[in-house]
Amino acid sequence: MLYREAGDYSTSYPEDSQTFPIKFDRYRYYVILAVAFLVIPFFINDYWANAVLVPFLIYSIAAIGLNILTGYCGQVSLGTGGFMAVGAYACYKLMTSFPEISIMIHILLAGGVTAAVVTLFGLPSLRIKGFYLAVSTLAAQFFLVWMFNKVPWFYNYSMTGMIGSPERTVLGIVVTGPATDAWAKYMICLIFVTLCAVLARNMTRGSVGRKWMAIRDMDIAAEIIGVNPLMAKLSAFAVSGFFIGIAGALFFSVYLGAIEVTEAFGIEKSFLVLFMVIIGGLGSIFGSFAGAAFMVLLPVLLKNLLVGGLDWPTDLAQHLYFIIAGGLIIIFLILEPHGLAQLWRVAKEKLRLWPFPH
Amino acid sequence: MPDQVLFAAEVMLNGLMAGVLYSLVALGFVLIFKASGIFNYAQGVMALFAALTLVGIMDGQVPFSHLINAIFGTNIHHFGWHTPALLAIILTIMVMVLFAWLVQRFIFRHLVNQEPIILFMATIGLAYFLEGVGDLMWGSDIKKLDVGIPKGMNETIESITHGAFGYGFFIDNLDIFATFVAVILVAILVCFSQYTKQGRALRAVADDHQAALSVGISLSYIWILVWSIAGFVALVAGTIWGAKSGVQFSLSLIALKALPVLMLGGFTSIPGAIIGGLIIGVGEKLFEFLVGPWIGGATENWFAYVLALLFLVFRPQGLFGEKIIERV
Amino acid sequence: MSNGSEGNFVTTDGRNIGGVMMEMKNITLRFGGVVALENISFNILEGEVRAIIGPNGAGKSSMLNVISGFYIPQEGEVIFQGSPRPSLKPFEVAHQGIARTFQNIALFEGMSVLDNVMTGRLTKMKTGIFSQMIWAGKAEREEIENREAVEKIIDFLEIQAIRKTPVSRLPYGLKKRVELARALAAEPNLLLLDEPMAGMNVEEKQDMSRFILDVNSEFGTTIALIEHDMGVVMDLSDRVVVMDYGRKIGDGTPDEVRNNQEVIDAYLGVSHD
Repeated sequence: MLYREAGDYSTSYPEDSQTFPIKFDRYRYYVILAVAFLVIPFFINDYWANAVLVPFLIYSIAAIGLNILTGYCGQVSLGTGGFMAVGAYACYKLMTSFPEISIMIHILLAGGVTAAVVTLFGLPSLRIKGFYLAVSTLAAQFFLVWMFNKVPWFYNYSMTGMIGSPERTVLGIVVTGPATDAWAKYMICLIFVTLCAVLARNMTRGSVGRKWMAIRDMDIAAEIIGVNPLMAKLSAFAVSGFFIGIAGALFFSVYLGAIEVTEAFGIEKSFLVLFMVIIGGLGSIFGSFAGAAFMVLLPVLLKNLLVGGLDWPTDLAQHLYFIIAGGLIIIFLILEPHGLAQLWRVAKEKLRLWPFPH
Repeated sequence: MPDQVLFAAEVMLNGLMAGVLYSLVALGFVLIFKASGIFNYAQGVMALFAALTLVGIMDGQVPFSHLINAIFGTNIHHFGWHTPALLAIILTIMVMVLFAWLVQRFIFRHLVNQEPIILFMATIGLAYFLEGVGDLMWGSDIKKLDVGIPKGMNETIESITHGAFGYGFFIDNLDIFATFVAVILVAILVCFSQYTKQGRALRAVADDHQAALSVGISLSYIWILVWSIAGFVALVAGTIWGAKSGVQFSLSLIALKALPVLMLGGFTSIPGAIIGGLIIGVGEKLFEFLVGPWIGGATENWFAYVLALLFLVFRPQGLFGEKIIERV
Repeated sequence: MSNGSEGNFVTTDGRNIGGVMMEMKNITLRFGGVVALENISFNILEGEVRAIIGPNGAGKSSMLNVISGFYIPQEGEVIFQGSPRPSLKPFEVAHQGIARTFQNIALFEGMSVLDNVMTGRLTKMKTGIFSQMIWAGKAEREEIENREAVEKIIDFLEIQAIRKTPVSRLPYGLKKRVELARALAAEPNLLLLDEPMAGMNVEEKQDMSRFILDVNSEFGTTIALIEHDMGVVMDLSDRVVVMDYGRKIGDGTPDEVRNNQEVIDAYLGVSHD
């Protein structure tokens, strides 16, 4: 009886195609936004920001990006780590070359640069399909990481080969560099997450999203009803790249502050984000958040429980993490290919009917 | 002959040897893909797991000892015996067969008729799972594997080339051994698939699942068989690689080397896997030798992929793959 | 040739048939050594229901695939609305106003019925990706306009009740109807139907026939269809092309075709007179 749609009719098409057609969902969404923007910033501390909330928000953006490409358009990419690196290095070059321009603009531009690079690597998708394409995105992963490692221009010829983010402010508040407050890190990520989620939702509910899904479900039929496959795929690559680039830029500039490319953006990152998308739910924006939350929380929980609670060695917790993550991927693919998002939907459907299931 | 050419020739030879190893791993992929349409990303981790198990059994390690110690506060590590190499290999093969059965029973039986890309992602999950299990069972420290494979520079070749060109080629005995093993393995596999009843059934399944079922071939038996063979190939690859550079996590990365080999050779062709492996082995070593110094080196990380990618754009089915015809 | 092959007349049931909409001229299509279509010529008149019949392997589907741009013939010319058509990609053909259904249903299984039918409107939806990102304004307006058009089709084909159902959950007959809806949503000039009644029971066939005739008479859509069921073809179509082994062996009204000796021999078998 808590969750009702009776008496909640759509009387116009705009109402019917809105994001949360059921009133209860709409209110809950506003409450979550209010808590995220108005409550959490006052209570956040360094541990929560660095261990959980900031990585969760950043990975959510990356997962939304990959979900658009893989979940909506059906093109599996294993190059997410390399693409995030593009965002990070673009942001670094922009920050150091044009220090007078706002970091917010730099992050957006880094997204744009990444979109261009990802589109370039998406070009073969017209000829190569399925896992051939998945494997060929590994070319991007390895090549990009190698390039950022070997071409000194990208790291401004620094001796260590690492890049570090200089201090920048937004409206007088420090958002990058070691002096950043936890809440400021959190807020800037939150703003970008909200922006990205809204943009992604808008694109996936209209004609662009339908083009992507048509390509995903049956590319030949999509072509015959008038979808230009090259444009549809490349637009998915570009949009996905934009989000992943923003995630990479935030990951470097706001979250870590200093990075070494092989360590921060290796192939494990590609898999991590792919796992988020699978576990959260392919083809669902909400799923991207759920998957990111799950994959960020899992190691933190294991560590607290096993290392902190039972005093086990850290490498054991690490091995168990691999087993659980891998096992969950398999279980989700077998039982619920639409991930946590679908479990949530099913739960809601049950709730709607509860307590009279027939 | 000018030195540069001699160096290049030596590099090529070493590339060929490395290529043989790539082919060996790629072979495991092709076998599973042909029979079940599964693109098994976990092949590399299977090689690592097999090598870990082999070392563990040989050294008489207690499986899961770290976990047991952590839970019960004990301090056990070894049984205190050493198993002879041959017995250990047989035991490891048995473990790999058991693994094949488990994989079939608990994973792919539930994923019949799924899209290939879903199966592919499942094997990525399997790779993570197996890596965790391997580390948990045997520990994640770097281990030495010594099953009596000869190592070190081959002096005969060195002295012959020295006599002929005035420059001795450095070729590792291990690589020569690996080449022989690979050739024998391929010969056995070809004979198996051409001349035995199981081999015929396997080819039938590869051709058409439905038709194979209808003439009374048990799919699940064939798939367990194929995964077992792939496990065996993984063991061979893991043993050779492990003897070369120790058994450790990086061993699983040979899978990443085998992927471009497959793209080049086609996922369904055994000759393709072999020739693709050789092309990539030679190509990446030569590229590193000739172009690497100009652009910062370490090009082996990506060269194979970029080569395969460029190649695929012009010939999407690979060198020997069957042409894909699309129908409405 | 038969009467009316030049077009511009009124049928006995009062529909206006216009001039030649599409003309196939000496089409030859080969796959390697196999000749799928050999020197085939026929035309489709504006407003008519044109059927292509023939035994299995006669090349009917290949013919349809040539029209919808999926196969490019080695020889011959396709003249569409008066001008020769260059070899277009399938999606460009769709933008010319040619829509089709498939022999084996080709719906987007991961989407709802409504979304599937909405994909039929993609050729009509022009807002760019940036307007889509913003949504409010242009993109939303366009979405609503097209939604209204789609709802009319949904009403017309009587599939209101399953609007929000995922397509993968529908039975076969309904899937066929949704596929027709998707093709109709494009408001095509020429509608190609590849065996619209394959695998249906008698009632479903009757429903489908009614929809096809209604589409033709209410929207004036030109229809070219492939069908196996002789009775259905003869009742539905204005003119029939008969194919066998990649060649055209007959062309004309259902009555003419029925009495053509070559057609009887090749396709209908021994006459029952």
